[in-house]
Amino acid sequence: MGSRWTWRTLSLPGVAWLSVFFLVAFYAVIAVAFGNQDTLSQPVPFWKPWEWNVGYMIDTLKNFWHGGPFLTVSLRTIYFVVIAIALSLLVGYPVAYFTARHAGRWKGLVLVALIVPLWINYLMRMLAWINLLAPGGWGSTVLHDLGIEKLFLTLGLLAEPGGWLNGQPTTVILALVYGYIPFFILPLFVAIDRMDWRQLEAARDLGASPLSAFVRLTLPLSVPGILAGMVLITLPMFGDYYTADLVSASTQTNMIGNQIDEFMRQGSEKVTGAALTLLLSLFLLVLMFYYLRTTRRAGTQAAEA
Amino acid sequence: MDRLRNPWGKPRFLAVITIFYIFWSVVPVLLAVMFAFNNGRSRTTWQGFSFRWFTGPTGSVLHDPALQGALKHTLLLAGFCVLIATPIGVALALGLQRWRGRGSGTVNTVMLLPLVTPEIVMGVALLLLFLRVFPGIGLGTEAQVIGQVTFTLSYVVVIVRGRLVSIGPEFEEAAADLGAPPRDRMFRVLLPLLAPAIVAAAAVTFATSIDDFVVTQYLSSDASTTTVSMLLYSSARGAPTPALNAIATVGLVITLLTLTLAFLVYRRFASGQDAAAVATMEV
Repeated sequence: MGSRWTWRTLSLPGVAWLSVFFLVAFYAVIAVAFGNQDTLSQPVPFWKPWEWNVGYMIDTLKNFWHGGPFLTVSLRTIYFVVIAIALSLLVGYPVAYFTARHAGRWKGLVLVALIVPLWINYLMRMLAWINLLAPGGWGSTVLHDLGIEKLFLTLGLLAEPGGWLNGQPTTVILALVYGYIPFFILPLFVAIDRMDWRQLEAARDLGASPLSAFVRLTLPLSVPGILAGMVLITLPMFGDYYTADLVSASTQTNMIGNQIDEFMRQGSEKVTGAALTLLLSLFLLVLMFYYLRTTRRAGTQAAEA
Repeated sequence: MDRLRNPWGKPRFLAVITIFYIFWSVVPVLLAVMFAFNNGRSRTTWQGFSFRWFTGPTGSVLHDPALQGALKHTLLLAGFCVLIATPIGVALALGLQRWRGRGSGTVNTVMLLPLVTPEIVMGVALLLLFLRVFPGIGLGTEAQVIGQVTFTLSYVVVIVRGRLVSIGPEFEEAAADLGAPPRDRMFRVLLPLLAPAIVAAAAVTFATSIDDFVVTQYLSSDASTTTVSMLLYSSARGAPTPALNAIATVGLVITLLTLTLAFLVYRRFASGQDAAAVATMEV
């Protein structure tokens, strides 16, 4: 229908919008990271690559060296994210697997319960835990009465009785799991749900034990779903600052997002903030394109099917 | 057969984990909603049921200027975001679906990038853009709307394109065979077929805008551009009263209603698809 120009013209407003407010905006981060600051500590972007000032970037990179402050924060971020993802997998896989295969007539209802948290404001879900874990809150009381608090104190995962919200890495990690696990479970559920179960039946017919059928067939077949879910929650976790701010409120649990936030929004070191943002983006770029590639491939496969 | 379908031993074990997970993910939020109705100032001790934090004379969502301002500003941003992102997104989806030439691959990738970019990166980028490139716009309501449109645009494109793929080109071709001019094919054939997707995309945009936090916070200028999410962030730890739970509950009800509407419209897709399949066979 219509000429090719009709479709190009229709695309024009969207293309223009994304060019200015996404591409130019991102280039502004680069121009500021390689720019300077004026006497009022406001960033001065250098737009032309041949005029770039690498001074701030080198200073930023130096702070990643041996025990530098950015190294500590980055390692802590990676440590938090890796544990949070491992816990998400540990809880999320059985849930996704059960929902896809064994939920039976409850499947629809379970699925709704898995989706609803995605529809609830992230900050409201954090607020809920802040109410529960505050001193005297129902959550801290239950954790105390069940002996979980004592267990965590013994294991060194909690510093003081009732101090869940006082700068505890444990609380930040568990809050990250709580916040992002719904985004992990859903793509995993989709992947397991689409598996061809006749293969499993064939394996069992040929004498595979339930365990070996699971380890050698089901698990390898769910790897793409696991990876998609992991990437999907890794990206926002690396940019997260509000979770640590809300459930810990201590610089002792600062993640790289908190560091950027302090420079950009609160402090007057926007050039260093832009340099850190750029380094974070480069670090995550591989994951972003991996995810785009796999989703697009899944899309074309679905279209061909 | 039952043994065969069950490689992990008793599925009861899995059922227990799943039930525990659902309990863990939903109950805290339900309790937070419950405390919005607390008849007292505590957010940890239940003191009886009341609507005082919603409609009471002091400190309630209805009468506290800061809470009311945040709610109004949130809805204002969401309204503008829908009005701008929906038409631009629908046009981009139509264009990208049919435009197969030089440059379309690049546009496709760039269109998907906002979906995978960590929000803090977008927040920083837009903040610097409005500080240094468009100081005339500056920070505030306009910048917040523009920022939200920039990433909700991708949602609109993805939803509308999904529907376009399932419609296929047959209806337009049939209309063309029957002599309909391009204008009629667009406005009397394609857009009506796309209507459910457009409604769903608008609803998702509305809810996403209401729940957005990072970009909205980075582009806010002062107290007058505070949204409900920003209020939750700034007062969750110090919050004096359950009024915070009350305003969060209002936001929750609005987004859940909007997304349920989107879901119901989306479900009509199935019957719509069946109808489309039947109609195609008729042609």
